[in-house]
Amino acid sequence: MITIKNLKARVEDKEILKGINLQINAGEIHAIMGPNGSGKSTLASVLAGKEGYEVTGGEVIFEGKELLDLDPEERAREGLFLAFQYPVEIPGVSNTNFMKTALNEVRKARGEEPLSASEFLKLLKEKAALVGLNPEYLSRYVNDGFSGGEKKRNEIFQLAMLNPKFSILDETDSGLDIDALKIVADGVNKIKNKNNSFLVITHYQRLLNYIVPDFVHVMYDGRIVKSGGKELALHLEENGYDWIKEIEVTA
Amino acid sequence: MEEDLKYKLISDFKLMESSLNGEAKSPFHKIRQDAISVFEELGFPVKKLEEWKYTNLNNITKNKFRQFLIPEKINLSYEEVASFIYPGFEGNLIVLINGHYSVKFSKIVTQTDGVYIGSFSEAREKFSDIFQNHFAKYADYYRNSLTALNTAFAIDGVFIHVEKNITVNEPVLILNIADSRDESLIAQPRNLFVMEEGSSVNIIDDYYTIGEHPFFTNSVIEVVLKNNASLDHYKIQNDGSNAFHIGTIQVEQSRDSKFTNSTISWGGSLIRNNLNAVLNGENSESHFYGLYLLKDKQFVDNHTLVDHAVPNCNSNELYKGLIDDKATGVFNGKIMVRKDAQKTNAYQSNKNILLSADAKINAKPQLEIFADDVKCSHGATSGQLDQNSMFYLQSRGISKDEAKILLMNAFSSDVIDSVKIDSLRDYLHSQLFKKLKK
Repeated sequence: MITIKNLKARVEDKEILKGINLQINAGEIHAIMGPNGSGKSTLASVLAGKEGYEVTGGEVIFEGKELLDLDPEERAREGLFLAFQYPVEIPGVSNTNFMKTALNEVRKARGEEPLSASEFLKLLKEKAALVGLNPEYLSRYVNDGFSGGEKKRNEIFQLAMLNPKFSILDETDSGLDIDALKIVADGVNKIKNKNNSFLVITHYQRLLNYIVPDFVHVMYDGRIVKSGGKELALHLEENGYDWIKEIEVTA
Repeated sequence: MEEDLKYKLISDFKLMESSLNGEAKSPFHKIRQDAISVFEELGFPVKKLEEWKYTNLNNITKNKFRQFLIPEKINLSYEEVASFIYPGFEGNLIVLINGHYSVKFSKIVTQTDGVYIGSFSEAREKFSDIFQNHFAKYADYYRNSLTALNTAFAIDGVFIHVEKNITVNEPVLILNIADSRDESLIAQPRNLFVMEEGSSVNIIDDYYTIGEHPFFTNSVIEVVLKNNASLDHYKIQNDGSNAFHIGTIQVEQSRDSKFTNSTISWGGSLIRNNLNAVLNGENSESHFYGLYLLKDKQFVDNHTLVDHAVPNCNSNELYKGLIDDKATGVFNGKIMVRKDAQKTNAYQSNKNILLSADAKINAKPQLEIFADDVKCSHGATSGQLDQNSMFYLQSRGISKDEAKILLMNAFSSDVIDSVKIDSLRDYLHSQLFKKLKK
């Protein structure tokens, strides 16, 4: 589904990604773990197309297309989704209007007709129920005055609405208590199927108890320094990241 | 050049005067004569005056406007007039063509006793006491030359009088149609709204231009709110790029009265909105809202004054602007809290989004506070659309253009939300969306 080859990127003069290689197939869940400052969120931002990052090398092939040539909205229409670490509050734009505009643009790109008002409303309610989002939040302004947990749940709700092929969850667990975490993970598990795939970025192993990854990668200083199965996450939980730094130094 | 226009208008005044016959000796006309001499002395305002620092009138004064005096040969159909009425409007319709009340097109539906909604010129005799007490008593023509000019040519416009404790349920829509198809004209509508104790009314003042010649509207509205009276006034500016508008609204408020104004500026070449409220009775309140969407070389100056003359009054101002191309916005908001006006609450906010590198805003809040137990605040911001919000919307598949529209719409919405007439609010929301899409 997505192939990342030797991806390098920098912010201003600072090189952050120093050659990332990653292959994610349909139906797979991959996790990227790593200490603060290792470049995890930069990878998410570069894949989603955020301004301010300069790609200095490598390529990303997403469903046969060169992803890095596309604008952020084109990436979304091709089926890429980023669940933000810090979802943005947009007073004045209702969640419903936001989703209606987004869904229609995504459908248009897929050559589908816009949904009728009643079809849209039905989908809205169905997906809100799926991720346990209180319907009251649909008419509220996007993330405006939402608690941390509500914001993250709203991200998963948007994911459910847009039904992307490949989703990046950027530190979705940060700031969540265990109940909120379970609800968010439960939503992801309901959406997951053999045709879509996920990249879960997290600092802690905790989330991976609920969203069980097929592969775990450890990122350090802009590179993936170790890959393995889900047991790697447990190892990190027990031993911390210091042993990774040593690998890096001796390598 | 401004001298040329000045003397042309003074000679138009003499022309008007010669057609008055008996009225020329009336006390009313004495005020006009007084006003024209003030105008002759002061002339058009120039930029070196502090109150006109940001507003250059050269584009107005270089024209040869003729004062429109008699509603001669107006060639306008019912269909054309109807096209200016916003969808869903129900209520009293007043059509002013070049500042003159059109009996043909106006339609008053309110039949309640004690309510007069009609032409200024016709009401002058019938309500001579009210005119004597209120006309030219609030809008100060001694210190403002354009108010003086309007007062000198106070011939027609709208007069509204509502007796004690009457609520006028049907709003009043005033369609100001500027017809510049044949020549460059100046129209000077003069309005007087007198609301007796406990009365209330809603008024929508809508401005349109037809024709291509330059057109100059210099209007004055005096509003008198007695105890516990209330008035919601909506000013919608749809003028063309050949139109200049200078409008003064002067509000005099007594105890427990409430005044709200929302000014929406969509179009016009140069606009100056003077909005002044004097809170002269305890527990009275004023709310001012403004939204301006500017492009090309448009210029809009919202110039407000809230004068807290007595204790325990509230005022609130919210002005927002989206400024594109080489357009310029000005917000000059003065709050005066006089020595006795303790327990005053006065708030003011001006927010702008600059959409191009050449767009400009001059924001000048002025707080003059002479009382010590008051709550006053002001804030002015200007910036670009928030990049994080843009990226968030785009990351969901929304195009850059569409994301901009969503954010500009969100920015502007709360001003339109202040409109209390449902049909008007819906219409303005759809207008806003349409204008943003362009």
